[in-house]
Amino acid sequence: MSDLETAEHPEQLRRVAIDTVSRVEGHGKVTILLDDDNKVHQVRLHIVEFRGFEKFIQGRPYWEVPVMVQRLCGICPVSHHLAAAKAMDMVIGAEHLTPAAEKNRRLMHYGQILQSHALHFFYLCSPDLLFGFDSDVARRNIVGVAAQYPEIAKKGVLLRKFGQEVIRMTAGKRIHGTGAIPGGVNKSLSREERDALLADVYHMLSWSLEAVHLVRKLFEQNLETYNAFGRFRAHQVSLVRADGAMDLYHGGLRARSMDGDILFDHFDYRHYWEVIFEDVKSWSYMKFPFLRSLGPEKGWYQVGPLTRVTNCDFIPTPLADKERQEFLAFDEGRTTGATLGFHWARMIEMLHAVESIKDLLHDDDIMGDDLLVSGERAGRGVGVIEAPRGTLIHHYRVDKDELVIRANLIVATTHNNQPMNEAIRQVAIQYLNGNEITEGLLNHIEVAIRAFDPCLSCATHALGKMPLEVELLDAEGALVSRLAKTADGALSA
Amino acid sequence: MGASVKKLKVATTSLAGCFGCHMSLLDIDERLFDLLELVEFDRTPLTDIKVVGQCDIGLIEGGLCNAENVHVLREFRNHCKILVAVGACAINGGLPAQRNLIPLRAILDEVYLTEPGLGHGGIPDDPELPLPLNKVHPIHEVVKVDYFLPGCPPSADAIWKFLTDLLAGREPELGHELMHYD
Repeated sequence: MSDLETAEHPEQLRRVAIDTVSRVEGHGKVTILLDDDNKVHQVRLHIVEFRGFEKFIQGRPYWEVPVMVQRLCGICPVSHHLAAAKAMDMVIGAEHLTPAAEKNRRLMHYGQILQSHALHFFYLCSPDLLFGFDSDVARRNIVGVAAQYPEIAKKGVLLRKFGQEVIRMTAGKRIHGTGAIPGGVNKSLSREERDALLADVYHMLSWSLEAVHLVRKLFEQNLETYNAFGRFRAHQVSLVRADGAMDLYHGGLRARSMDGDILFDHFDYRHYWEVIFEDVKSWSYMKFPFLRSLGPEKGWYQVGPLTRVTNCDFIPTPLADKERQEFLAFDEGRTTGATLGFHWARMIEMLHAVESIKDLLHDDDIMGDDLLVSGERAGRGVGVIEAPRGTLIHHYRVDKDELVIRANLIVATTHNNQPMNEAIRQVAIQYLNGNEITEGLLNHIEVAIRAFDPCLSCATHALGKMPLEVELLDAEGALVSRLAKTADGALSA
Repeated sequence: MGASVKKLKVATTSLAGCFGCHMSLLDIDERLFDLLELVEFDRTPLTDIKVVGQCDIGLIEGGLCNAENVHVLREFRNHCKILVAVGACAINGGLPAQRNLIPLRAILDEVYLTEPGLGHGGIPDDPELPLPLNKVHPIHEVVKVDYFLPGCPPSADAIWKFLTDLLAGREPELGHELMHYD
């Protein structure tokens, strides 16, 4: 870790703030402390809101949760909707969904990946990449892109629209839909809906391929700058399929060290708390997760598109896999460790999402009418999914009255808390140190934050770890006694 | 942006919301380009303008959960001729207001103090963090609101109808079809 987290004598330093960070989702601010020579002593990304979702969801019936909890986030509601539904599948004993149910959920999820990645790249980040990090602030937005690159803007808008339409048809509504329910889905795609999507999907395929090549071209034009920008080393965590393929909907956890060694692989996410802990710092409401085996100082890690593209063994759709190979080989692999490499990886994933949508539309199971299964009830459910921004963990406990008694969410952006702080500290060292601070220089800090596509309102809602609790139940399942471990390690009854 | 016709200035912000209302605004899809013929964006999450300037229309998503939300809302009211509460959270607090049933201190304690496997940072209390309010409030409890646009979120068609009515100088009228609360 860089040593810019905490200055020794903050009272003697000058404070510069970016308040609020713009062109990201949610509320964050950056504070920078400088001395008289503009040497940087402290840089922090603060998450400034606190909500309390996991507390007030206690006492609600379990079947409400997938619809309620997606209101964490209007950009990736489907991710929360599906992670919660997967957790509730466990609660109602739905071990294997029907093909129609799983495929409609996957279709919804790929629609989500597509629309979120398109939103992020075209609406939020492309102005920095197309115009320059310190370009005119009045033009540095989607309106400027629409004026100067109307074709790029139009394709971006239509790519997002297509993803939103996939979501509307599978979830019933573009934002905060209701399609996934414990044990399956409440509707499948109709023939008319399938045909309408099929009519557009091949345009989307070629446009998303163009988007990958656009990022590649930008890298070729700015190779040294892009590869060096906010560069740092991190461990990596993502879900992978049993055969090592990228799988954004389901899989086991794979952790890879910053040196490339596998730390654990195909770890059953239903026991995620055995490998992931969280740290708290006074200056942010967002927690700092870390790999338990390595501890808080050394165990922080990165998630998201760049991690997924490099951490998997292959992508199971041909166009995206070919682009992955080229990305891995580009500049002798240096871009795989570049903060701005996130953009390239994100566009490869967008291509993968469109290919997967196309394949599902050609699969008749998508119109199937066997939608629901259930089995033996359980008191605990864990659902993990690769959301657009990275690994998303939902964990619930449900009592015999079918009410939620505990909830814990670790959202993608929370995993990336330390990586984002590392990236902006590196940028501060590279660009700000010793210079007169200008708006354009400060935007460099935001460019580094935006690379992660943080979802700061997701992060503000999330509360934190499930307490370690041991319950002793009698043969009828009634509680005999309970032991809980508190923050200082003491046991309480 | 050659301005032969004077464009109306629009500012937007998300307070204690989920950005879903902003996403629904973007769900007007390619109609965005038509909108850009009529309006110019001031402070919004889509631009890098950090402080709101004099505007014709201000769209507020989200309710009030901390002191900073209140400050931003007042700035919007002072700078916008027409202020609109967009979506459930701005209108009645929405889902975040579910925490109003529980004392704030109890929530903070559970999250940052009484759980194991956490560091010893305690409840975050750095002066850089805005103070949370004891309860989440709808925005009309703090400033005068000119219009309320319901929905979680209001659909893109509802937002489009509302804005095009307003921009054309008509009294906005959603009608039965577009009036939704879900």
